[in-house]
Amino acid sequence: MAEYILQCNGLSKHFGSKFALDQIQLNIKKGRIVGLLGPNGSGKTTLIKHLAGLLTPTTGEVLINGVPVGVETKKIVSYLPDRTYLNDWMKVNQIFDLFADFYEDFDRSKAQDMLKRLDINPETKLKTMSKGTKEKVQLILVMSREASLYLLDEPIGGVDPAARDYILDTVITNYNANASIIISTHLISDIEKILDDILFIQNGKLILNQSTDVIREKYGQSIDKYFREEFKC
Amino acid sequence: MQWIFNEDSPIYLQLIEQIQLRIVSGIYRPGLKLPSVRDLAKEAAVNPNTMQRALAELETSLLIYSKRTAGRFVTEDLTLILAVKKKLAQEKLKDFLMNMEGLGYTTEEVLILLKESLEKKEE
Repeated sequence: MAEYILQCNGLSKHFGSKFALDQIQLNIKKGRIVGLLGPNGSGKTTLIKHLAGLLTPTTGEVLINGVPVGVETKKIVSYLPDRTYLNDWMKVNQIFDLFADFYEDFDRSKAQDMLKRLDINPETKLKTMSKGTKEKVQLILVMSREASLYLLDEPIGGVDPAARDYILDTVITNYNANASIIISTHLISDIEKILDDILFIQNGKLILNQSTDVIREKYGQSIDKYFREEFKC
Repeated sequence: MQWIFNEDSPIYLQLIEQIQLRIVSGIYRPGLKLPSVRDLAKEAAVNPNTMQRALAELETSLLIYSKRTAGRFVTEDLTLILAVKKKLAQEKLKDFLMNMEGLGYTTEEVLILLKESLEKKEE
């Protein structure tokens, strides 16, 4: 078994002359909750898409559990994209069927349980749901898989503060010592309590990879404040 | 008792302080079995790794101890609990005195003020 759940070696992605990712060197251990932070357009989503296998690097490589990204790694990676790909005419129950078909590790009873806690009717069509409810459903789908690596791209942007707490709670409760979670978000203060490590990226470069405790110890301020100072406009 | 965190210091240090506070104030009484790391982490809404780290440090300071497979327990050493309590009190007093000094009070004036407030409280 590989020591790291994720390794990026000299990962670069060019779109024409633009360097969306520039020589990213990164190792993430198992059992960590990692925050991926950076200003708009810094490359967060591009990085996550490489890990999910939706983009291929211009140069460099990405290994998940020691294996290059591909069919095998998609089985152990649970990915929440930054925008929905689900058909909006589908009912929640039908989407559950779809997930059960696609992923061996989908735990339907867990998903139904979470749905109930958030008071969402499984017979509702996605189309008729509010933005926040849709986001909750998608997060439930992703967190109901027994994956080794969860990639959450902006998971809490549209949901209300109470549901946000519930979602963070879900993340903590479902935490398993062998699984790692990468969360990209701008709502730093809401999630920094649950993060082990912080990654800052800017203009496609990884400029900081540090544990939350160390950052607080070193700078004597929260990650949220540190971010605001570091990336002051 | 609520778990409250400030922005300035690492979460695990704040967890240590708050668990100490719970022990010296008797919320977690001597010999009590503590909830699991996961449950405590959930209650405080923090990362389980962070809670684990805080508990490990409290174990090093002997305030809690673990029995293999049975879980973690609050120490039954009352002398130790009292010592920690006194240390926490001294820290609070230090802060208090610093604040009073910041307001421009001398030591004598602080004592008089303190006496006044205590008498008022008793009434």
